[in-house]
Amino acid sequence: MPSFPRVLLGLFCLLVAVLLLAPTLVVIPMSFNGNKSLAFPPDGFSWQWYENFLTNPDWTTSFTNSLFIALIVAVVATAVGTLAAFGVTRAAARTGGLLRALLITPMVVPGVVLAIGIYAVYLDTHLVGTVTGFVLAHTMLAIPFVLIAVQASLEVFDRRLETAAGSLGANRLTVFRTVTLPLILPGVLSGALFAFITSFDEIIVALFITSPYLKTLPVQIYTSITRDADPTVAAVGTLLFFATSLIIIAGLLFGMRRGRT
Amino acid sequence: MPDRPALLTRLRPRGAVWLAAPAVAVLLLVLAYPLAIVVWRSFTDPALGIDNYVWFFQSAVNRTVLQRTFIVAGWVTLASLVCAYPYAYAMTIAGRNMRLALILCVLVPFWLSGVVRTLAWVILLQDSGVINSMLRGLGLSPVKLIRTLPGVVIGMTQVLLPFMILPIYSVMKGIDTRLLQAARSLGAKPWRAFLQIYVPLSLPGVYAGVIIVFILSLGFYITPALLGGPRSTMLSSLVQNQVLSLLNWGRGGAMGVVLLVATFVLLAMAAPLMRQKHSAARREA
Repeated sequence: MPSFPRVLLGLFCLLVAVLLLAPTLVVIPMSFNGNKSLAFPPDGFSWQWYENFLTNPDWTTSFTNSLFIALIVAVVATAVGTLAAFGVTRAAARTGGLLRALLITPMVVPGVVLAIGIYAVYLDTHLVGTVTGFVLAHTMLAIPFVLIAVQASLEVFDRRLETAAGSLGANRLTVFRTVTLPLILPGVLSGALFAFITSFDEIIVALFITSPYLKTLPVQIYTSITRDADPTVAAVGTLLFFATSLIIIAGLLFGMRRGRT
Repeated sequence: MPDRPALLTRLRPRGAVWLAAPAVAVLLLVLAYPLAIVVWRSFTDPALGIDNYVWFFQSAVNRTVLQRTFIVAGWVTLASLVCAYPYAYAMTIAGRNMRLALILCVLVPFWLSGVVRTLAWVILLQDSGVINSMLRGLGLSPVKLIRTLPGVVIGMTQVLLPFMILPIYSVMKGIDTRLLQAARSLGAKPWRAFLQIYVPLSLPGVYAGVIIVFILSLGFYITPALLGGPRSTMLSSLVQNQVLSLLNWGRGGAMGVVLLVATFVLLAMAAPLMRQKHSAARREA
């Protein structure tokens, strides 16, 4: 029989788990609410909020905007961030350390301070409400995540493999394409996923640089929450939750298969 | 003449730095330059001088908000630590399946969009919300949570808890539990062995978690803005209000600079503790 402290620890962990999962547990039932209200438990059952998300142009446009911006950010930030990860790992230890500290600062700068600065610059350069503006800002925010993910793969990568390929006559580009890249691919892919999510979910800077003509999904969600009690937000949250779960489970299965072969 | 591989390894370190050039360029353009503008305006808008800072520190409202921002960050950090430490410990002693379940509970919150998560907290905390319904069901009187400081602290703790659990777990995982057995065999009571051997060894993870959560709390904007009320305004909301509603870039900028300086001072103070974490990790490896 488990001892008394163990039972206590188990109960405590159960409470913490409930705290962690509580938002997910209320959002999913709320998305099937029969009424336009956020009172819990929801009243009745309907698909109307999903229907609203898929047909209302406010929601569909902001969704496609976010998807478009996040895809570009995933490509650009992964390219730039992967290069930077090579720079950090292969530079002399001191320089590399400094460079890394510099490149992860976007993670600690308070969001609003960054947002007013970017807003000021964008007002002067007419980048407010443009795709370029969003892509630039989100790429900067995503670089740290790519850097950390790729650097983790590079640290366990055996550089003698590159030397071996080089000594057999491959030029540096061929070495990168056929030896290095395939081996660090899991890190690069998870970096790309992080970059995509960073952009897709970014709200603070987006609230400042948005315009009536270019809104992203988080901005639409935020305005919807502040304007009225609309369960469409819960429907969007539920859809995104299941989409993310699928991608991550697929990634894990892919990783496991790679690990076995 | 050196052979080819040796030449490559000798030449690379210097050239390698340049691979980071595009990333550094993006950072200069969209991070350093905008922050420089914020600092510049705080000293020049509307007139050259430190008027904006004098205004900031003389206004009682601002001082209250600044103090409240630190107090909320402190409560969130404390609440996260109290929840995270036993949870991370349980992760290290649990069986394989139980550990997987516990890790999943930490990661699943990330799969729900950040703004949607705040809406969920509105649903949970509102007067007719889940928590108050449960309290009523138990025959207790309902409590006001939405638009109050405790409500903000609860919501922020849920969002930031994973950032406390993960670093603590990663350090605890590497602690050699035979040290505890050794202490026990030498006659220490289980609690004493835990407090004198295990807790000190887990401290690097605690420091890392505390710093991350405290710094992220200071800059929180969305959760306090949606869950809080006028009596729980935090510094970020004041900055936003000065710039977007009052179009006062100088005062907004000064507030932003105060927040920025506080963040970097804390980071600089924490740097030695973080280095300790690194060397501890290296010893493990």
